[in-house]
Amino acid sequence: MSGITLVLKALHHGERDLEEELLKAAERHRTDHEIHHVATDIARWSHEHAARLADTGRHYGLDLSGPADDPSPGFLATLREKAAEAVGRRPEPGLLLLHDLRDLHLAATGNSLHWEMLAQAARATTDSRLLDLATACHPQTLRQMRWTNSMIKTLSPQLITSV
Amino acid sequence: MKDSTDRIADPWGGRTPYPPGAAWPARTDTHLAAGVTPAAVDRWVQSASLLHSNGDAMDIAVKDGRIVGVRGRADDRVNRGRLGPKDLFGWQANASPDRLTRPLVREGGRLVESGWDTAMGRIVARSKELLRERGPGSIGFYTTGQLFLEEYYTLAVIARAGIGTNHLDGNTRLCTATAGEALKETFGCDGQPGSYADIDHADTIALFGHNMAETQPVLWMRVLDRLAGPDAPRLLCVDPRPTRVARHAAVHLAPRAGTNVALLNALLHELIRTDRVDHAYVEAHCVGFDELAARVADCTAEWAAAICDVPARTITEAAELLGSAERLLSTVLQGFYQSHQATAAAVQVNNLHLLRGMLGRPGCGLLQMNGQPTAQNTRECGANGDLPGFRNWENEQHVADLARIWNVAPEKIPHYAPPTPAMQMFRFAEQGSIRMLWISGTNPAVSLPELHRIRDILGQDRLFTVVQDLFLTETAQLADVVLPAATWGEKTGTFTNADRTVHLSDKAVEPPGEARPDLDIFLDYARRMDFRDKDDGPLITWHDPQSAFQAWQKCSAGRPCDYTGLSYDGLRGGSGIQWPCTEQAPDGTERLYTDGPAWAHAEACESFGKDLVTGAPVTEVEYRALNPDGKAVIKAAEYLPPHEDTSEEYPLQLNTGRTIYHFHTRTKTGRVPQLDSAAPDVWAEMSAAEAAARDLREGDLVEVSTPRGAVAARLRITAIRDGMVFLPFHYGYWDTAEGHRPAPDTAGRAANETTVTDWDPASKQPLYKTAAARVALLRRTDGTPGPAPTTTASAPLDPGSAPATTGGPAAHATQHTDDEEGTRP
Repeated sequence: MSGITLVLKALHHGERDLEEELLKAAERHRTDHEIHHVATDIARWSHEHAARLADTGRHYGLDLSGPADDPSPGFLATLREKAAEAVGRRPEPGLLLLHDLRDLHLAATGNSLHWEMLAQAARATTDSRLLDLATACHPQTLRQMRWTNSMIKTLSPQLITSV
Repeated sequence: MKDSTDRIADPWGGRTPYPPGAAWPARTDTHLAAGVTPAAVDRWVQSASLLHSNGDAMDIAVKDGRIVGVRGRADDRVNRGRLGPKDLFGWQANASPDRLTRPLVREGGRLVESGWDTAMGRIVARSKELLRERGPGSIGFYTTGQLFLEEYYTLAVIARAGIGTNHLDGNTRLCTATAGEALKETFGCDGQPGSYADIDHADTIALFGHNMAETQPVLWMRVLDRLAGPDAPRLLCVDPRPTRVARHAAVHLAPRAGTNVALLNALLHELIRTDRVDHAYVEAHCVGFDELAARVADCTAEWAAAICDVPARTITEAAELLGSAERLLSTVLQGFYQSHQATAAAVQVNNLHLLRGMLGRPGCGLLQMNGQPTAQNTRECGANGDLPGFRNWENEQHVADLARIWNVAPEKIPHYAPPTPAMQMFRFAEQGSIRMLWISGTNPAVSLPELHRIRDILGQDRLFTVVQDLFLTETAQLADVVLPAATWGEKTGTFTNADRTVHLSDKAVEPPGEARPDLDIFLDYARRMDFRDKDDGPLITWHDPQSAFQAWQKCSAGRPCDYTGLSYDGLRGGSGIQWPCTEQAPDGTERLYTDGPAWAHAEACESFGKDLVTGAPVTEVEYRALNPDGKAVIKAAEYLPPHEDTSEEYPLQLNTGRTIYHFHTRTKTGRVPQLDSAAPDVWAEMSAAEAAARDLREGDLVEVSTPRGAVAARLRITAIRDGMVFLPFHYGYWDTAEGHRPAPDTAGRAANETTVTDWDPASKQPLYKTAAARVALLRRTDGTPGPAPTTTASAPLDPGSAPATTGGPAAHATQHTDDEEGTRP
């Protein structure tokens, strides 16, 4: 498997994971209405990215259209556990929200770095198909990052100081 | 010409036609109490309308210490003497016998009368306790769009620099937040680019989700007078309802709710496809054109037609109208602002004008409208979730400047995060992190979405609620302390309408009982709290309206909303004046941006903009890279499907809105006989096809329900688009047996029992026009038609099915025109 297919695969996994996490967070924070609606809206971007990655993957001998991989005991899973522990000790939903936003931000950042890698590899190999894909999708990943970051910035003062 | 007409039956009165480029002829409208003649009036006191955002100038007639009527001010630039039905009759609410005259405090679960010392003592004690134990973030202020400039500014200083809280917003969030945000997105700064006088010059007037005939009836009279004159303008109307605007339109588009961005993207697509673009203007004054062109490249009329459910041919006709205009005036209101993707849609109207280079010249106007009379003042004074003077909370220099004016340390002014919008404040109160909410001049227990939730929040024991109002509103009934406020005609102050026109409103009569002006209440609170500046002097250094105005002038100096050239003396006796008004522009400024955008530079702008989908702020670095020369920003937006779409269970789109006869939650207009009887109760509007599909008839009692709640209303069958049900939002419970809520286990009367808690991420304005609903028969009509007016958008499809709405002799007003002036301008 080439380096490019490894990145495509990781990114495909990352986008599907982020879609799922955004939708889960939207459900969990249904009463934080802006979180609920925006998370649902921007989960759509990750869905589109995963579909486009699967489509592009075919040109590189990858079949990415199957069910999502089993969640590996990786970085994200560890973070989720930590968050759950923190929440277990401090059951305030506001803190859970901040932890979820933090997880989402890190997941989107991971995807962003993968898009960066893919774009750089595409430039090095003058692969316009890959470069077009990264150019189309990466800005939306950055928007996902900016959203999670700005919600953390906006909500932290109130949610952390009030418990 | 001098005649008398029933202004309930004919809300817009007689015509004074005029040609393009001429001055709008004057027509003086007067209504006096029965038996009072103009000669019997003791004195006329200068004021302007406080029951909609038009800012109609008028004089209050006073006799024996009481208000006995009103008369339009013929020399005023806004109305040239005309008054709408709410202006003509609304003043009577001031004298209602159920005005609050003494403070009330909650004792053993009941509100009981007390004195000011007791009531203010409780507020101050709780404020100090919360500041000590939980910090400034535990206190929030929710104000209105109906106080005066001096009051908002004082409240802003108290909240930001006295308490130090981020939680201050106005109910202008519900009506005008998107107008302000859309202007910030495009021009970097709030402030209306156009002028009402653009109606005199325009050859094309496009109204986007703006039922001007009912929301700004006097402005609509101006349009009607142009339509009746030579070389009449052509109208484009985007509205799902058969409004009076739609009836006069050359092209009427009635899209599905929640699809405005798709429609506008198609219009922009057509303009670019047919190259109706002023490339020189775009080159000189804008950034972002290429991104917009790419974004709308695939947004054909056919594509939008499928989403919006309107004919593709009508979309191209609309684009042709816009593309062939030489002097285009566009206005935008709640059909866009309270709908899905509010800011994104409003910004696309700005883009239309940028593409066509239609700004800063007579007739080339852009009016992002307001819904409330003094909404503009909450925005400029920072009582709405902005910093005063259109300052940028992310610009340290702006915050330092404000700190210098207030003589406090910059850290005292919370600017680590954007000011908290109203809906988020209620969420914080629900969570328990806000423990005190001071509500002035507004009625969230009727006006916010999902009312059972709002009642739960306000009814919590741990939340200390202060309500300052004229009457025991639905919200006041849930309060811990109720403060009786004076109102329009009983206090002095200034206010500013949607086209930046500042009016003075003088005190005409004494307020009832112990009721006090809002300014006095805020100043009293500041005194009792002993707020100090950094030199241990008093934070608030003013003591009456005029000194508050002077304090505001200092704060506004050098900013777009510069008031330094205005004064009480200059406004008194004269007419309204548009800001900026300075030494260099002593007569005010009719149009902003006559030489291109002026406040979009990173150093000057109020905001670096936001992501229109997520609401995340654009950073300063990004903004500088995008817009190094401070041009207007053409901001593209993708269409997203509405968050709550129709389903098998809820097959209809729910729309809510206003009628010409009422304002906000009927607190005043419900107490005015002429207005109350014109629209006495809630109704539901549906098309004939939708009614037939459910075997429903005019006047049937139906239940309109959504996943959140239900309203019982009698049906009116109109020419509204299929697939939709409409409810007017004014009706609450204060005049029912229950007082502040529906009777147990019954459907309610307030439209907001049913609306969804969702808001535009950029402007934070709640979406009252995006919900899915179903309609079922409760009881067959006994022959009584729906209580909806027949004079407006709610007119019955079959004119014979309901008697015409009239007001009778009590609703007569005189209209006086000088024929010389009227017919030969």
